Amino acid sequence: MPAATGLGLLKGLGVTLKHMLRPAVTQQYPHERPDLAPRTRGVIALMDENCTVCMLCSRECPDWCIYIDSHKEQVPPKNEGGRARTRNVLDRFAIDFALCMYCGICVEVCPFDALFWSPEFEYSTYDIDELLHEKEKLREWMDTVPPPPPLDEGAVQPKEVTDAIDKAEKAREKALAATQAKAAPAEAPAGDGGGAAAAAAAPAPAAAKKEEIHVDDVQIDQETFDKLIAEGQSERMARAKAKAAYVRKEKARIRAEQEAAGGGDAAAESPAAEAPAEAAPEPKQAEVHVEAGEIDQETYDQLIAEGKSERIARSKAKAAYVRKKKAELQGGDDA
Amino acid sequence: MTAAEGLLTGLPNVWAQIPFMIGIMLGMAMVVSLVVGYMEHKVMAHQQARLGPMEAGGFHGWAQLVADGIKFVQKEDIIPRNADAKVFSMAPGIALVPALLIFLVIPLGPRVWALDLRSGLFYALAIGSIGAIGLLAGGWASANKFSLIGAIRGVAQLIAYELPLILAAAAVAVQAESLSLVEIVTAQAEFTIQGTTIGIPFIVPQLLGFGIFFTASLAELNRPPFDMPIADSELVFGFLTEYTGIKFAMFLLTEYAGMVAMSALMAVLYLGGWEIWPGLGLPGCEGVGGAMECGLGGTLLGVGVMMGKIMALSFVMVWLRVTYPRLREDQLQKFSWLVLIPLSLLNIAVVAIGKVVF
Repeated sequence: MPAATGLGLLKGLGVTLKHMLRPAVTQQYPHERPDLAPRTRGVIALMDENCTVCMLCSRECPDWCIYIDSHKEQVPPKNEGGRARTRNVLDRFAIDFALCMYCGICVEVCPFDALFWSPEFEYSTYDIDELLHEKEKLREWMDTVPPPPPLDEGAVQPKEVTDAIDKAEKAREKALAATQAKAAPAEAPAGDGGGAAAAAAAPAPAAAKKEEIHVDDVQIDQETFDKLIAEGQSERMARAKAKAAYVRKEKARIRAEQEAAGGGDAAAESPAAEAPAEAAPEPKQAEVHVEAGEIDQETYDQLIAEGKSERIARSKAKAAYVRKKKAELQGGDDA
Repeated sequence: MTAAEGLLTGLPNVWAQIPFMIGIMLGMAMVVSLVVGYMEHKVMAHQQARLGPMEAGGFHGWAQLVADGIKFVQKEDIIPRNADAKVFSMAPGIALVPALLIFLVIPLGPRVWALDLRSGLFYALAIGSIGAIGLLAGGWASANKFSLIGAIRGVAQLIAYELPLILAAAAVAVQAESLSLVEIVTAQAEFTIQGTTIGIPFIVPQLLGFGIFFTASLAELNRPPFDMPIADSELVFGFLTEYTGIKFAMFLLTEYAGMVAMSALMAVLYLGGWEIWPGLGLPGCEGVGGAMECGLGGTLLGVGVMMGKIMALSFVMVWLRVTYPRLREDQLQKFSWLVLIPLSLLNIAVVAIGKVVF
């Protein structure tokens, strides 16, 4: 027993000596940045365009430190004759970090991916009131949100991604079917002249509308997104650019499909142009285009590159699109 | 008997000698003690995988203890209402001054000593024990039960560990045939391997005695693992509880000065003092042991060697502090009376027999 005790004492001395000869684990914080885990709970960031004012975060917050104000706005109907919708517009979103206990329930509970954790932690103040971060401040933290950690090898894709792929797949089939349907009736009644033109004119706008719908429910181009994230872009940037890339791709694809079915289209449209009765619906069809609110891709990309927020870029791009389209229509009228 | 004469003897009279004495005491207390204190900060930190002070003074926090000293001076000097104010204020001085006075007899290098008393070892051990009175005075005058318990523990500890300390030192005195610290160094140089001039430091024949002396000196200094009088987790710092500011700093300084003094004593008694190896002499010096004649370089080298030994022993003290947890009070007493004292008696008997036989 005494021998064993003595050995233990020596072992203890060995442990302390070993640690002395190893480098210390201390990180000299203000001089060097601490290496924080990617999911560090530093500050909560808000992607306010995703927020639908559902109030779930505010209600789940154990500290009641989230303040949300909103008002309702009427949105004009998308299609003519439709019903006007109401929509919640976020006026104020504030988190009081003096009360927040960093439990992360709000981030967990948000169904629209509007709240994110950021590892940023250096926002202490001399005044407790300044810890109340308003919407704009919370939006700024969004730039510091790191990309989501990669999935494990062989993991099931998240539901959002699989859903989006399914949706895109279905939409493509639909578009294909529509173009084929359009081509078929155009060929069959070739001798009928005006009657056939009327029949062909009906599906034409429908096809155009389909194209609209495709581009409208904007999805993320996963490839572009991954690439940009890998390049170290912020998630917000990557998402915006990935969306833009998706829209571009989708458009190119549809255009290619239409061109593939081009022979039928031309056959269908040439009689319509000849018939004076069909001249009237033409501008209306164009109007539908404008109302559907397609995005002017060029403007959009440019604005995003200038660092504008996604929301602003999108609305401006829409406006630019409408302007362009109108100019085109007027030009067509003059001619 | 005293073959060697210190540098001091060359000075004309006692009034010229006193500044020299004070210089040695303050130099050891203020400079070497603070270096040991800084070393304790850093060694302790690194053994705990930390960095320790890194900011004060710029380079690895070298000025941390200077900054601490300035801080202590600025602090309010609080004397508790029920405290015995006079005793309370005197206690830190009673503790500190004996720790400084030990340095008077310690030879720091060839001919570098303030006094070569013929009873130097006796003087050092005797005056070192006076510090306990300061500890008791402080604990009693604080009018605080924790302080009083700490002080009584300290005195009980001193009584228990003074015996093995003195017995171990006595064995050295027996072997060296002298109580003079200078002659003990000389004796180690002259205690040679037969047929050569290579001396043997007393740690070789008296390894057991060295262990006893080291352990007992840790206990005397109230250093962990024998810091029951302070025991912050049980007694909220014991006799130090009520002290603040410069008085607290004086107690701390006492601890570090005590570490230096005890390390120096051990270096002299067991490790051959200022000689790199006893009997081999120092470069730049003539003769061995106390009779050395050295130039400036040799003298500085001798002092450096002595300081190195002091630092090494202080390092071991810190190392033990980091490694071992505090003993319980009854374990402390048991360890002294049932282990250390019998062993030290055995040690002195063996040394005495060896002295007669060889």
